[in-house]
Amino acid sequence: MTISQAKQERIEVYKFNPAVTIGVPFVALVMQAFIPVKLSFFHAFDLPLIVTIFFAVARRSPVSGCLTGAAIGLFQDALTHQPLGVYGIAKSVIGYAASSLGAKIDVENPGSRLLMTFGFFLIHEAIYITVARYLVAMNLTWLWGRELRDAFANAVLAVVVFALLDKVKQQ
Amino acid sequence: MENVLSRVRNTLNLIVLAAVLVAQVIGLAVQVKRPSDGGTRLIRVWAISLVTPITRSIIHTQDWFTNSWRNYIWLRDARKENEELKDEIAQMKMQQIRLVEDAGQAHRLQVLLGFKEQYISQTVPAQVISTTGSEFSRALYIDKGAKDGIAADMPVVTPEGIVGKVLRVFPTSSLVLLINDPTSGAGVILEKSRLQGILKGQANGTTVMNNVMSDEKVQPGERVITSGGDRIFPKGLPVGVVSNVGPGQDLFLNIRVKPAATLNKIEEVLVITKIEDRTPELTPGDNGPKRAIDILAQRLPTVAPPPPDKSAATDGAKPTTGTAATGKPAPELAKSGAPTNSTTASGTKPKTADSTASAAPRKTPLADTSTAPKPVKEAQAVPAVKPPAVTADKPKDAQPQ
Repeated sequence: MTISQAKQERIEVYKFNPAVTIGVPFVALVMQAFIPVKLSFFHAFDLPLIVTIFFAVARRSPVSGCLTGAAIGLFQDALTHQPLGVYGIAKSVIGYAASSLGAKIDVENPGSRLLMTFGFFLIHEAIYITVARYLVAMNLTWLWGRELRDAFANAVLAVVVFALLDKVKQQ
Repeated sequence: MENVLSRVRNTLNLIVLAAVLVAQVIGLAVQVKRPSDGGTRLIRVWAISLVTPITRSIIHTQDWFTNSWRNYIWLRDARKENEELKDEIAQMKMQQIRLVEDAGQAHRLQVLLGFKEQYISQTVPAQVISTTGSEFSRALYIDKGAKDGIAADMPVVTPEGIVGKVLRVFPTSSLVLLINDPTSGAGVILEKSRLQGILKGQANGTTVMNNVMSDEKVQPGERVITSGGDRIFPKGLPVGVVSNVGPGQDLFLNIRVKPAATLNKIEEVLVITKIEDRTPELTPGDNGPKRAIDILAQRLPTVAPPPPDKSAATDGAKPTTGTAATGKPAPELAKSGAPTNSTTASGTKPKTADSTASAAPRKTPLADTSTAPKPVKEAQAVPAVKPPAVTADKPKDAQPQ
């Protein structure tokens, strides 16, 4: 009983206002589509992925994380000219994995957030490229230099975005 | 008990994950199996309808502020820039004169050869309002759609070069596939060597010209233009410059092309909405620049052609260029600068033949007319064109008419 209480104290599950649940991913998608018009280097970032990880980790529910990832990914697919589901599959897996991880380790401090996003970004890209190459026959290649650079950039951005989004959490 | 519940929960979670993934894989398989069903999926329409109005309003608001600032407040260096632009205009005017003559000549040749030319007869300017947001999908959204007359497969260009083609059309926006996307392709030709190939985008965002055999010589720096073979881009639009040439696969060269248009910084584009195939027509004023000699010859009276028996008797020595009526020199005359009829069929030299340049005018219609009794008054009315000078210029200017 004591162990169970201690565990429950350690793992904090957050909830979000419905407006935040819908609004934040939507703003992330709009920014992801709009900012590269003015700043072409922004293509390296994946704001919807960062938001997916944030919600998954905060809710700590694999089902919720998986469905949130699927929804965000499908919306992101809809904006591209590629078949629907490539981003959807990748973000579903990341949502699930992030929730599962969030239930087991501390993901509140900036260091762990940096490492977590770095790792999840690489996994996301690996899933995306695998699905795109073998299910959709897209001509994509894994470039280590680019992937590591982008993963680090996203990890740094995630630390900032998570800090901002922490303010909309509800315990 | 708690462990059992936890296991059940984990199993349920995994089932949900598997179901979500399987559903999406099936969805992908369906889309891959039927890629061209003609329509656009509803989820895409919803997504575009939600995102593009916001990005469009942001872009337009930003443009309004930027234009207000630039046009009414920030006018520093405008005077200096104005002077520089005036100088540039003066230089370009000089260049234009030469280009107009070249274009006129090309136009006349096209008429002669009956070439069908592609004319861009209608374009729609559009503003880039959004990207796809993905590094793997190189495409843009523009603020013009079906309501503005945009249709799929229309070419999209900038003054610098081609950008891509319209892939999907929505009521008020369109998706433009860039030429550096791996799924795009354009028929291109090397400007100097005239080698044709297909421009394809690569996964890393570069563009490569395929289908050029490895035994061909291609130099970096050569310009690449559209060939018109893809039936999307009209022929002759700038595409880019060859940046690197290396060995490729299967006896083909790997020609890397740097696009002329800055694809990652495009803000405004032109959509070519109408292309016409038509044969160029020769308008009355399109006969090229008139030479002084032609004007002079028209104003001067002509000499009646000599009787045929006489010309035959002189063994072909008489100038029979056949242009006395028009005053135009024969092509051969123009080329050599000397009378072409100086040698006869028998190969004998005519009595009047003279190999010196000064003798040439006497053989020309102008020379003939100048010896006529009454043209003096009219000849004086024409601006100073002295016969020797005219004959000296003739070989350069004269063209076969």
